[in-house]
Amino acid sequence: MSGMNKQGRPTSIGGTSANGARETFTGNKALELEEPLLFELDNPGACGVDLDDPGEFASHLGNFERQGRIGLARVSEPEVMRHFVRLSSKNYSIDAGLYPLGSCTMKHNPRLNEKMARLPGISDVHPLQPQKTVQGSLELMNELAHWLKELTGMPGVALSPKAGAHGELCGMMAIRAALIARGEDEQRSRVLVPESAHGTNPATAALLGYKVDGIPATKEGRVDLEAFKSKLGPDVAAIMLTNPNTCGLFERDIVEIAEAVHEAGAYFYCDGANFNAIVGRVRPGDLGIDAMHINLHKTFSTPHGGGGPGAGPVVFSEALAPFAPLPYVVSGKDGFRLVETEDDAKADGTQPFGRMTAFHGQMGMFVRALSYMLSHGSDGLRQVAEDAVLNANYVLASLKDDLSAPFEGPCMHEALFDDRFLKGTGVETLDFAKAMIDEGYHPMTMYFPLVVHGALLIEPTETESKQSVDLFIATLKDLARAAKSNDKDRFTGAPYMSPRRRLDETGAARKPVLRWAPPAPAQAAE
Amino acid sequence: MRYLPLTETDRREMLGVIGAKSVDELFRDVPESARREGLVDLPRRKGELEVERVFAQMAAKNVAAGSVPFFVGGGAYRHHVPAAVDHLIQRSEFLTSYTPYQPEISQGTLQYLFEFQTQVAMITGMDVANASMYDGSTGCGEAVLMAHRVTKRRKAVLSGTLHPQYAAVVKNLSDFADYKLEIMPPLLPGSSEDIAARITDETSCVVVQTPGFFGELHDLRAIAEAAHAKGALLIAVVPEIVSLGAVTPPGEMGADIVVGEGQSIGNGLNFGGPYVGLFATRDKYVRQMPGRLCGETVDADGKRGFVLTLSTREQHIRREKATSNICTNSGLCCLAFTIHMSLLGEDGYRQLARINHAAAVRLAEKLASVPGVEILNKAFFNEFTMRLPKPAAQVVDALAEKGVLGGIPASRLLPGVKEVEDLLIVASTEINTDEDRAAYAAALKEVL
Repeated sequence: MSGMNKQGRPTSIGGTSANGARETFTGNKALELEEPLLFELDNPGACGVDLDDPGEFASHLGNFERQGRIGLARVSEPEVMRHFVRLSSKNYSIDAGLYPLGSCTMKHNPRLNEKMARLPGISDVHPLQPQKTVQGSLELMNELAHWLKELTGMPGVALSPKAGAHGELCGMMAIRAALIARGEDEQRSRVLVPESAHGTNPATAALLGYKVDGIPATKEGRVDLEAFKSKLGPDVAAIMLTNPNTCGLFERDIVEIAEAVHEAGAYFYCDGANFNAIVGRVRPGDLGIDAMHINLHKTFSTPHGGGGPGAGPVVFSEALAPFAPLPYVVSGKDGFRLVETEDDAKADGTQPFGRMTAFHGQMGMFVRALSYMLSHGSDGLRQVAEDAVLNANYVLASLKDDLSAPFEGPCMHEALFDDRFLKGTGVETLDFAKAMIDEGYHPMTMYFPLVVHGALLIEPTETESKQSVDLFIATLKDLARAAKSNDKDRFTGAPYMSPRRRLDETGAARKPVLRWAPPAPAQAAE
Repeated sequence: MRYLPLTETDRREMLGVIGAKSVDELFRDVPESARREGLVDLPRRKGELEVERVFAQMAAKNVAAGSVPFFVGGGAYRHHVPAAVDHLIQRSEFLTSYTPYQPEISQGTLQYLFEFQTQVAMITGMDVANASMYDGSTGCGEAVLMAHRVTKRRKAVLSGTLHPQYAAVVKNLSDFADYKLEIMPPLLPGSSEDIAARITDETSCVVVQTPGFFGELHDLRAIAEAAHAKGALLIAVVPEIVSLGAVTPPGEMGADIVVGEGQSIGNGLNFGGPYVGLFATRDKYVRQMPGRLCGETVDADGKRGFVLTLSTREQHIRREKATSNICTNSGLCCLAFTIHMSLLGEDGYRQLARINHAAAVRLAEKLASVPGVEILNKAFFNEFTMRLPKPAAQVVDALAEKGVLGGIPASRLLPGVKEVEDLLIVASTEINTDEDRAAYAAALKEVL
């Protein structure tokens, strides 16, 4: 009580532990509240919905009536609200702060897009309603397709892929379908993938039975053109290249690469994850690309939602467009029509390779992406690319003497650093990233791309203000200084302030606990 | 532009620090032939109000499901979603976060994924579930690929109960991944198929859907036994996940993998997506599963926490040797599912299923009284098939003219199959009222 003044206000903050934290009875820390698992809130008799009894009716379940308790927790609405609100407070988000995850493009998610996606005339529509009753939805898909084709300079598009990796699969299937049609499927069994590629690229090629052949990078972080050309041959089906690449650099030789690919009779797949760097300024169609997926959740800012849903439409060149999968929208004299069967397609003069998903794709994401496109317009989208590239170069120029950059600028939308600046400090890339958490930042992408040692890939995006980026830069400078001046504890034990400290991932994998289970009866009785 | 914070002054200052004269200089690595000087041929920016007008016009050209008596199912169902669900999933911390790669500041997402996995395992009657797939159909494709890995065999048998577009997704994957596939003809209610006879020493799995495409409930026990006797797996597909509140789960009938479409819980129709694929299996197959998994662990202070785990199966670690190329899941749709399921709980989930079944039974009784209509199903949940005296596609269009969305003509998904031409697949859920049913019966009587 000695620390209290006469008004009962504490005048000092005695009794804290070494790192300033004080143990509480509840384990809570003021606004930061601990929360049990939903199943631990189970309270027999409680329920979060009021549903009337259906009354008497003749069951037609046959002998399939479910017996026994399922095990679901019984909880009222206020408890459910509080449970999930408390959980939400344990997440970092782009709305709360800068989220510099390179290659993932965490930019502002305009709420107008959410509002548009929730219009009943758009959200409350079934995929198999008669086509006359869904003309608005088909028009929306057609409009999105038009924007994607114009922005990329490519004549064909498949909207149905559900995410980026699904789009890659779709693009590579179209390539294989074209090779089958040419009678060259047997002969072409190799796909060239740069070592800096996203993991989804080799995984996709392997899923289709292709042999994955790596292309080395030059010292400048780009495809080694000579090594690449030496790998081309009559057995190559395609190259899968990310551009701008995962080092954040534009592939200067891309037109020459495309020409060599086509000369060898192969196709050019582009991973469009980084399209946001060039949208409105460069059209992939002008670079000689045959297929490219577009992550609507990156370039066109549909929310990432903690890991999805995404959407991965694919644009196609003239050569591949006829092979795009079912379904697709066409416009005719009676309005819009969904081509959903092989016979329909035959009449339409195309040869779709098959179907990627049961229905028509991520419509909810299409609405948000189109709302984003309409809001920006052709002028705003060009500005998006310019500001994204400007912010990244500003980060690169401001930090290149404090951190270490493996490649010369200019970069595109993301700035890549390696771990040379940490040499001899005892601090590793992971520690550096975890210390950023205590400073209130989500770490950048770490250890990717694989071609750089201890990579730190920073993508500020165009929706960060200069003031925000300046504070971020100053913070990283301070961290770099601390690492170099032996303040090792700030890093190796970090994070200290987050809802959880470092988690035992090895233990989690060794003995996986993947679901809650009720405590054993003996323990419960204790 | 309202979403872009940099001002001209900011840009000039930043270019100064970079040492570039203009932004164009930063794009100097782009080949000259591909640099666009002018704007692409698309409209200029729009304010919020103008954008809202554009979408309002498109929305007005649709018939919203909620504006008419509505009976369409076939793998997507209209249910009531409690108000709390949409409020909670729009919280910034859920909506605008990324995949939980930094677990220290992603415990919110990780804990709900763990709860989601638990709920899915419970309702399917399985040991373990993953953190979701894109949707039911793509999950079905992944399940077949997983069965190939587990059994080291390359041939799947698809039952005639399977949704034709799910079968098309599996066929597409099999075509390109060079696996063999046998697709049984559509199995009409009241008929049977001898799937056991199709299982050989080469078969990796059989895929059976219940409730089936025509709404019929199917017994999986004998099929499971037949599959296991030959070393094959049984994959059960559940397109309407509300059904498991009332019917025996596939896990209790011997299924090795259960795939579900989770849209019905927490998620709207959205013209086909985004939805949420449920994927559950037995403990012994965990390391062959596709997709993300969340696991329990402890942090440096010994407190319980959650992480993404067993990621050595995944593409970002294993690259071309990964179990799947999948990366993104259906995060926010999983969250909607988890919240809705939490509100329902044991009693609500069971009651909701009962109400759905009652709604479908009452509708079937009502429509059976329309002259010329024959209900084909014996055992069904909230969807059934009726035979009409004329092609169902015409009838559905005629019903739509009368303001009733009456179901799916089987011919839309099975074009050219003569024996399904007159079949109409009809679903009913808790949203339907007695008035809706009466309106349907009256309209049907008129158009037949």
